[in-house]
Amino acid sequence: MSQAAAAGQVCLPGRPAGALTGLRACLRAEWTKTRTVAGPAWLLAATAGLTVAVSVAVIAAVRCPAGMACPVDPGRLSLTGVQLGQATVAILGVLTISNEYSTGMMRTTLTAMPRRSLVLAAKAAVLTGEVIVAAAVGVLGSVLAGRLIMPGHGFTAARGFVPLSLASGPVLRAAGGSVLYLALIALLSLGIAALLRDSAAAIGIVLGLLYLAPIAASFITNHHWSVRVERYSPMPAGLAIQATRHLASLPISPWGGLGVLAAWAGAALLAGGLLLRLRDA
Amino acid sequence: MTTITPYRPAVQSGRDGFGQLLRAEWTKFRTVRGWLIGLGVAAVVTVLLGVLTGGSNDIACTIGPGAPVKHGRACLPPPPPTAPGGQPVRDAFYFVHRPLAGNGSLTARVTSLTGRYAAGQGPYPQLTTPGLQPWSKGGIIVKTGTKPGSQYAAMLVTGSHGVRMQDNFTRDSAGLPGLVSAVSPRWLRLTRHGDTITGYDSADGVHWTLVGTAHLAGLPATVQAGLFAASPDHTVINQNFGGGETGTSDPSQATAVLDRVSLAGPASGAWTGTQVGGGRAAAAPGRFQRAGNAFTVTGSGDIAPLPPGDGNGLGPNITIERNLAGAFAGLIAIAVVAALFITAEYRRGLIRTTLTASPRRGRVLAAKAIVVAAVTFVAGLAAAVVAVAVGDHLATAKGFYLYPVTGLTEVRVVAGTAALLAVGAVFALGMGALLRRSAVAVTAVIVAIVLPYILVVASILPVGTADWVLRLTPAAGFAIQQSVPAYPQVYGLYTPNGGYFPLSPWAGFAVLCAWAAVVLGLAAYRLRRRDA
Repeated sequence: MSQAAAAGQVCLPGRPAGALTGLRACLRAEWTKTRTVAGPAWLLAATAGLTVAVSVAVIAAVRCPAGMACPVDPGRLSLTGVQLGQATVAILGVLTISNEYSTGMMRTTLTAMPRRSLVLAAKAAVLTGEVIVAAAVGVLGSVLAGRLIMPGHGFTAARGFVPLSLASGPVLRAAGGSVLYLALIALLSLGIAALLRDSAAAIGIVLGLLYLAPIAASFITNHHWSVRVERYSPMPAGLAIQATRHLASLPISPWGGLGVLAAWAGAALLAGGLLLRLRDA
Repeated sequence: MTTITPYRPAVQSGRDGFGQLLRAEWTKFRTVRGWLIGLGVAAVVTVLLGVLTGGSNDIACTIGPGAPVKHGRACLPPPPPTAPGGQPVRDAFYFVHRPLAGNGSLTARVTSLTGRYAAGQGPYPQLTTPGLQPWSKGGIIVKTGTKPGSQYAAMLVTGSHGVRMQDNFTRDSAGLPGLVSAVSPRWLRLTRHGDTITGYDSADGVHWTLVGTAHLAGLPATVQAGLFAASPDHTVINQNFGGGETGTSDPSQATAVLDRVSLAGPASGAWTGTQVGGGRAAAAPGRFQRAGNAFTVTGSGDIAPLPPGDGNGLGPNITIERNLAGAFAGLIAIAVVAALFITAEYRRGLIRTTLTASPRRGRVLAAKAIVVAAVTFVAGLAAAVVAVAVGDHLATAKGFYLYPVTGLTEVRVVAGTAALLAVGAVFALGMGALLRRSAVAVTAVIVAIVLPYILVVASILPVGTADWVLRLTPAAGFAIQQSVPAYPQVYGLYTPNGGYFPLSPWAGFAVLCAWAAVVLGLAAYRLRRRDA
């Protein structure tokens, strides 16, 4: 730590002996930036907190009265909070790079670390790491809430609703997949922010991309088109990973859906990285 | 000794009226290229998404084996009759009538209302299952003629909603409750005086109670007065989470037994039975039997408004708000522009210049709100008008039925969409002033307005909770787009999924306005109390 700080320009060629090199140095720099401002910590705490809060509110609102068929997916229901948690994750992903542009810090960063794709890769790695931790807290809290509350609301084992447990394969996939989903949303936001550089425009595009798809799918009366929207847009496709039952009726398979989201995130990062290299900062 | 004269600038100080402030803010807005682009993007995505949702419909059919595939109008049933008010209606029932050439009074006692229906038995259902539908109806009616959609007023007994007086399809008032039977018959009376028809009911034929009064404008001198029976389709609603869905609809039939029928006034001719309207009613033809003053009337169909939706037998039908679904997309772009309108000043430090030039901070925020609301309203109005025009054109070209609404409703929906965007912009401006960070402010706006709607339409929440979400959150404002009200006298599913909001259009819009006002108020308070 003191070594890296003393070295100062750790990514520059001709660095002093003993300084960190390459990706490790960039990672360390990005981690220091994240750690030393209050914003990211608040956003990560909000991600975990809001995810659990919305999940608990939805779980508490849903009951299965006796004698009624409840075609509900307990795994997906318990993880509803991810739909709000992704908003704060998107802010974090966007601000990771657009904040540097708005304060002019970006020029310092790129002077210190001239290998621009390495900078973006380091940002992506640090972002992924911290989002995975916050998302895991939020997702585990949501699953726990589902496990504790749902049996008391009529979702009993006798009616085919086994209490949620990470020991069951589909629930583990839904929970783990939701964590990956949030990490991919962060990367998508980072890529789009690298493309647009302005935080407001980037967050508008990201949230529009995420939230408009399910609304459009519900409005489009043409079945083929609405299925296409659900299959290829980031949020409905990515959230297919949360399904724990009726997998056959999904518009896209759980891992396939997450793959679609990964393709979106990869394309955004690639385009963002390319522009970062080609453009003046 | 020297005298120090205070410095007086040579230039005249500028006026600091509110008009100057507005002009300054307008100048700021129109000279930032990105904001104008954002406004343009908002208008374009509003139109595009609306056209995509409304215009992506297609319908194809083959009539008979080996026949060529047809598209559009050829596959669709003829348009429904319309009421005097212009709304599409079902007007199919069995009518036993005599002409009445002037003022008069029609009285009858209903002693029984029974029904039968087909419970999903394949393509040629038989009416074998006994039972009434909630809105099966039989009683007395005064109608302009036997043409579907013509004016009427009726007193009727129903399957499970007691005695009602209904007129001109949409008006409905309640009379005596309870089911009719031989032990507790219901006396019904309609009195005509010019254009005014008054309905009474009674349990004993002695003590009469006024149920309602109908004014049928331009009622001709000679009308048809008589007895009728109708029964809407047997509809199963599969109640599940998120509002469920309408299941099967099968034909049904109701039989009313009426006695002591008397028609006082200049009536002529004999009692004649007529099947009014077609559709499903033709599959279960009506009939009547007469024994003196006692009649047994059997009929199928309904006399009621025809709500939009997949189940109304019209094929795809486009309501005006379907063309305006893009307002969600427009709102996101508007939120970005409106939040930046203030957060950009904080980021660049311009806010200090602004507040030096105009130290009364509340007025600065008010001027910004007025400018951003006005600009958004104009852009939103243009987008809404284009979206409706293009959407209607596409739907007509494909032969779909455009669900008609009155001119006033159309103005309310189109201008309301623009107003919705304008209030959303003020909400975003307030959030921006409150939070000072554009990304956080934009997210707060989108999450507050769009996410509740997603949770509701994605069928995650049960109906009751979904209704409360749409009453309390800013998403309630989208109620302003609802063009067709929920009709209690038609059994069906009225959920947010189907475009029915729990609040009336203006009440829902008021909820959004209240949110915007609270956020703007907090922002003004914070702006005055905190250093810029």
